[in-house]
Amino acid sequence: MKKLQSILVAGIVFVCLPTIATSVSAQDKIKIGEINSYSALPAFTEPYRKGWQLAIEEINAKGGVNGKMLEVISKDDGGKPGDAVTTANELVSKDGVVMLTGTFFSHIGLAVADFANQKKILFIAAEPLTDAITWSKGNRYTFRLRPSNYVQAAMLAEEASKLPAKKWATVAPNYEYGQSAVAVFKQLLSAKRPDIQWVDEQWPPQGKIDAGAITQAVAKAEPEAILNVTFGADLTKFVREGNTRGLFKDRPVVSFLTGEPEYLDPLKEETPEGWIVTGYPWSGVKTPEHDAFLKAYQAKFNDYPRLGSVVGYATMMSAAAALAKANSTDSEKLVDAAEGLEVKTPFGPVTYRKSDHNSTLGAFVGKTSQKDGKGVMVDFTYRDGLKYLPSDEEVKKLRPAQ
Amino acid sequence: MNFYLVQFLAGLASAASLFLVSSGLSIIFGVTRIVNFAHGAFYMLGAYVAYSLTERLSGALGFWGGIVVAALVVALVGALLEMLLLRRIYRAPELFQLLATFGLTLAAEDLSLLIWGPEDLLGRRAPGFRGAVDVMGLPFPSYDLFLIGIGPLVLLLLFLLFRRTRWGVLVRAATQDREMVAALGVNQKWLFTSVFTLGVFLAALGGALQLPREAVTHQMDLRIITEVFVVVVIGGLGNVVGAFLAAILVSELNAFGILIFPKISLILVFLVMALVLVIRPMGLLGKAEGPTRAHASAAAPWRPLDGSVRLLVMAAVILAALLPFAAGDYALSVASELLIFMLYAASLHFLISTGGLVSFGHAAYFGLGSYGAAIAVKSFGAPMLAALIAGPLLGCLGALLFGWFCVRLSGVYFAMLTLAFAQIAWSVAFQWNAVTGGDNGLLGLWPAAFVATPARFYWLTLALVVPAIAVLRLIVFSPFGYAFRAVRDSQLRSAAIGLDRQPIQWASFVVAGTFAALAGALYTFSKGSVFPDNLGIPLSVDGLVMVLLGGIETVSGGIVGALVFKALSIWLTSQTDYSKLALGALIVALVVAFPKGIVGAIEGLGGRKVRP
Repeated sequence: MKKLQSILVAGIVFVCLPTIATSVSAQDKIKIGEINSYSALPAFTEPYRKGWQLAIEEINAKGGVNGKMLEVISKDDGGKPGDAVTTANELVSKDGVVMLTGTFFSHIGLAVADFANQKKILFIAAEPLTDAITWSKGNRYTFRLRPSNYVQAAMLAEEASKLPAKKWATVAPNYEYGQSAVAVFKQLLSAKRPDIQWVDEQWPPQGKIDAGAITQAVAKAEPEAILNVTFGADLTKFVREGNTRGLFKDRPVVSFLTGEPEYLDPLKEETPEGWIVTGYPWSGVKTPEHDAFLKAYQAKFNDYPRLGSVVGYATMMSAAAALAKANSTDSEKLVDAAEGLEVKTPFGPVTYRKSDHNSTLGAFVGKTSQKDGKGVMVDFTYRDGLKYLPSDEEVKKLRPAQ
Repeated sequence: MNFYLVQFLAGLASAASLFLVSSGLSIIFGVTRIVNFAHGAFYMLGAYVAYSLTERLSGALGFWGGIVVAALVVALVGALLEMLLLRRIYRAPELFQLLATFGLTLAAEDLSLLIWGPEDLLGRRAPGFRGAVDVMGLPFPSYDLFLIGIGPLVLLLLFLLFRRTRWGVLVRAATQDREMVAALGVNQKWLFTSVFTLGVFLAALGGALQLPREAVTHQMDLRIITEVFVVVVIGGLGNVVGAFLAAILVSELNAFGILIFPKISLILVFLVMALVLVIRPMGLLGKAEGPTRAHASAAAPWRPLDGSVRLLVMAAVILAALLPFAAGDYALSVASELLIFMLYAASLHFLISTGGLVSFGHAAYFGLGSYGAAIAVKSFGAPMLAALIAGPLLGCLGALLFGWFCVRLSGVYFAMLTLAFAQIAWSVAFQWNAVTGGDNGLLGLWPAAFVATPARFYWLTLALVVPAIAVLRLIVFSPFGYAFRAVRDSQLRSAAIGLDRQPIQWASFVVAGTFAALAGALYTFSKGSVFPDNLGIPLSVDGLVMVLLGGIETVSGGIVGALVFKALSIWLTSQTDYSKLALGALIVALVVAFPKGIVGAIEGLGGRKVRP
């Protein structure tokens, strides 16, 4: 036992030594700090990581930005906001990065955004969907890439308003994302269709849905259409129970994000037919920008891209574009450059609006279907985010005064 | 009417899977007294292995065979772990095995990620139970009917096993009084191994049987583990019939609760547990534990630090105060965080070591402290120093309220009631958007201008944390501290000399809660934001791990445990995406190497060899 103890002590000392003697890296590089929930949500963040890795490779192959190579220092946040702030601090205070990018969960995005505001450093929030990050809790230093909760809801509400259904039920995870998704969808749909009645709402806890009981509770309310906001393991369970119990038979379902490969692929043979969803039909998009991205991605990773891959790719392209436009690594100049910044993405060019720091990245809206036992999106069209974001005057009222 | 029947059946189906996993945990606890945190991991492994087998084997036989073989394979893994790991630490202080099973859980999550990949895996539907049957005009999945049958069947088999076999008699005897069973010459080693294996088999079977109902993910373990603990405690520890009733109670309340309050699921099980424990302190069918023989006196009596050690501690504090002259901003921020968690661990250590009160929900007071400070700033515009008072005040009030109920119980029931209150506090923070900001938290809570630099904030933290820990130690060696230890060691004797247990423990609970809240208030300003995570179960577990790692039979081991655990986890998170695997493996290694905790081991090396 004594021997084991001394081996262990020696081991710990040995492992800790290198960190004390961290070396200083080369001066001809621009360092970008990248944080995401790699250990907590690998299904989403692995494709995301591949996406930004591809972008960095392409940028550096063309000689980098302003004559300097880009170097990404990537860290895991463990899925906890407190740890994310520690990590962000490490990147900014110790590693000397010129900007922060990344994050998936909304609350972690908000924590890092607030940190960025405090440290006065540019932060490009890649994945968080919450409207708060650019509106009610928006700040000068934070920009957001992905189409927000509001935009997704607006796209789906537009489609939903064309349905004849008058009685609607909602199923959404019981936390901020689900609550605001339902609230915005209801508000936008009711504005278009004052005749609609909301007959039931179910709020399963995130990750712990009791799908059988929920399915029956929704069926009892006899809605003519259903809004679904659950995703991941909850969605799979809900879909399977709903299929078995015939909940979705002759009943249109409108569903957030379900068309994204991350959520659609695990459903396999359970994929419901004809749900109206937002997502990313990677095999069906035929534009030159996307073709180039798809080819490069498949060549490098021998895998198909998920939505996260596009987001990761576009995030790093945004970072490079901001650096090129600012021609500087000064935070204030970078922020000024990012306002109104135009970036080429696999979905086409997008702009980070000066008014609210949201990018105009859009999403595909279409229907789910099954092909060879796999879920696919059909009848889809790309919707530009700009069409669905509120006007500059409206968002000015939503953001706190600087 | 038909609808209510079908809803009742849906509740029963959920209860069946919950019962399978709970029964295993209950049996393991009953005999070995291990709080098996890894039970959820075995459940998850059962599902993963079953997925791999049923995807490869074909036909009905392949599917059902795959389910059973998966449970057997995982049970074998469990048996090996019991023999290689747990057997070494049965003699360690109470609860220490929790630390080992926690390490296993961390490692299992990353290992399953490495083996089965990150994506959710949706298994096949069960052959013969693919569709729905008509129950009074409503479609109901036939597989759910099958599950409804499995629950009572397993209960019956367990009943026969316990009542009709010699092994069952031994298990029941050990559940009641394991020292007596050992004294009668029963080989405890194999009894424990077989019980642990059976428990793991049931967990894995529960996981495997979920395959036709849900996707297999590497988060399955944590999703079920707390719920299973709750069911076991509601039923009464070690009582399988109790677990069965509790599983039905919880599931049915949920099935019908969502019809009236769709948001109830979030908190329901904890509300039920709190209610049951307040009314029946031993759970539904639990009996008072057998007479406890004095076991706390194995360690040497505590003494205040002697001269040389005191000098060492003072030197360490002075060195710590000089740190800002040597370290950079990031290192100082990390050092502040370490100090904050040292205070958090010290407050929990006070409760556990000095009082023998194991709290599974200590994060509640840390979180109340951080929310108290945050709300003081956000809603009342208080300056930072006032907020640093408001935080501990809220934590103190919370501990006063919750503690009053908790000290009425003891042992694991006490621990679970603290957990229930912590979850209730968490759900309030999670739901009360207007005040707490809900899941999106409260932002913009940075330190005031006079401590805005990392160095100054570090000095402030040091200036608050060191005296706070010193006060905790002073209390331990005060007359009150002696009384607190007396009621821990022997309730009967302390009652005989006129010490009233409940008020003493209540006061100590409030002391511990208040100091934890001070740590929480400081944490708010070190991070600039507050989220419900600050009250969450993972933080409570982290606290336990720190205390156990430091050494439960020491006066201040928690401080060292916090330092080691937090520094390692910050460093590993920064270095690798597989930090859970590394941390889990390291914890298991530490557990085997230092069964008395780190400080316990150091004391063992030093001059205090007065052990029997």
